[in-house]
Amino acid sequence: MGRRTSLVRRPTARSRGENAIRALLFGAALVSVATTVAIVFSLIRETIAFFGDVGFAEYLFGTRWTPQLNEAQQSFGVLPLIWGTLYLTGIGLIVAIPIGLLSGVYLSEFAPRRVRKVIKPVLEVLAGVPTIVFGYFALTFFTPEVLRDALGVGVNQFNALSAGIILGILVTPTIATLTEDAMSAVPGSLREGSAGLGANKVQTAIRVVFPAALSGVVAALVLGASRAVGETVIILIAGGQTANLGLNPTESYQSMAAFIAATSRGDIPTGSIEYETIFVVGMTLFVLTLVLNIISIRLVRRYRQVYE
Amino acid sequence: MSGAQMAARAARQAVIPSASGRDRTFAWIFRAMMYAAVGLAMLALVTLLYDVASDGLPKLSTDFVTRFPSRILPERAGIQSAIVGTFYLMIICTVIVVPLGIATAIYLEEYADRDKWWNRLVEINIQNLAAVPSVVYGILGLAFIVRGPISLGRTLLAGGITLSLLVLPVVIIVAREAIRAVPPSIREGSLALGATQWQTIWKQVLPGSIAGIATGVILALSRAIGETAPLLVIGAAVNPRFNPDGLGSAFTALPIQIFAWTQDPNRDFVALAAAAILVMMVALLLMNSVAIFLRNRYEQKW
Repeated sequence: MGRRTSLVRRPTARSRGENAIRALLFGAALVSVATTVAIVFSLIRETIAFFGDVGFAEYLFGTRWTPQLNEAQQSFGVLPLIWGTLYLTGIGLIVAIPIGLLSGVYLSEFAPRRVRKVIKPVLEVLAGVPTIVFGYFALTFFTPEVLRDALGVGVNQFNALSAGIILGILVTPTIATLTEDAMSAVPGSLREGSAGLGANKVQTAIRVVFPAALSGVVAALVLGASRAVGETVIILIAGGQTANLGLNPTESYQSMAAFIAATSRGDIPTGSIEYETIFVVGMTLFVLTLVLNIISIRLVRRYRQVYE
Repeated sequence: MSGAQMAARAARQAVIPSASGRDRTFAWIFRAMMYAAVGLAMLALVTLLYDVASDGLPKLSTDFVTRFPSRILPERAGIQSAIVGTFYLMIICTVIVVPLGIATAIYLEEYADRDKWWNRLVEINIQNLAAVPSVVYGILGLAFIVRGPISLGRTLLAGGITLSLLVLPVVIIVAREAIRAVPPSIREGSLALGATQWQTIWKQVLPGSIAGIATGVILALSRAIGETAPLLVIGAAVNPRFNPDGLGSAFTALPIQIFAWTQDPNRDFVALAAAAILVMMVALLLMNSVAIFLRNRYEQKW
């Protein structure tokens, strides 16, 4: 009897140990899920509390953001913060898209191996520099010495132009590296086919390889934009802390992330309306970056499928 | 789609006339633009480093590194509490992130059945977490760790946990790649010799991927060392004249001290920020050198 039933799988000490380990590892994997749940939970709880005090339409469509004023003059229209975020990101992308794309194309299609060996580490270093260093650079060098003295632009001490351009330099390595990856994934046969038809290297790069890698390149741009949207310290230091719905790049602007960091300093009383604004703005920022990330992940998956 | 089919498609889509004079001019302009772009990126890095070095080097001294911050006299201010705080934060991060990150990576690579929705959920979740802005982790730290369910207060441990959660996705993603690089034949050989799955992982897969995993951990720590926003949000101390004396102590860190100095109207304090940046960059450089050393010295070739 015993001999025959041993064919049926019964848990042995050994398999019990294996299962325990598996459960333990799964538990570790759940920590990251719990992190997301905790983020969403804490954002939603205070956001609901906030909308108990302020109307949804007033928040989303209001054009004045003045939570720092006293109660009678407070106004909670988030548009200036959303605009500040998009405006600064826009300036950053105007800088980062051409530099990043051209560098990526160069690295993937043109750079000799020796040159690549120099440029790649430089981009990696640039990507690894903490953002506070970029903030310091924008405030103490780019605004006074480059914009004011060398170029003669009459900017305020805190302004969108300097913060935006430096923000662009911050995301350039991201765009360059991901563009290079996407273009390198295009099979060589496409390049050979194009060269066989008499195209030169530039034509091949622009008209054949670049379109073939387009979804990956767009994913790189979206990811770059999402990094710029979530960046805090550069804007906090160099962009200023004034919610602004204007168009003048020499003035001070505030982004959502910069508002959060400027408002929350640890001693803000729980349950106050200022405390709730941190979360409602955080929620808005979280949703915006989540949408950008989902778009980017989708695009990357699409271009991977084509070539595997 | 095969290579040949794609080449055919490319041929159909891009009917390219043979290079005329105009095309050659365009090619030349395009090349010039590429060189300019790469040159600008290089110039940005060089200018950045030069600016920080020229502002900071004159202020750098052993006194600066060993003194505590001063609110009044820039010439007597130092960064001892910031260095010690950052050092402790890195230790806490390592202790939390190494086991959690490696365990998650092993689970996803070696155990998870990708057809099960919960495994896909974990994967997508990690991808998304990696791109959540750092300031949002600060909000999590404030609402969940400093106050709320965990309620640690504005302490060293709260800061360490917040930073750990922030960099955990980085460790997981890099560790997964390192584990994936171990060829299946190694696992099959081990299993065929009668080892259990865990024995295979512990004796074969992990030793084979440890260099890549260590690189990932250092990469994550070098991101954590420069993070300012989350520590600002949870309320790290500014200018403390003491070192943290335990996990429950108030703390500051290098980026917080740098930030505080950039906000000072006194220009002498602003220059101190550059000196503190140099110290932070040296720490980063050391960490990255270790990572490169590990990668070159211990990386397995299969």
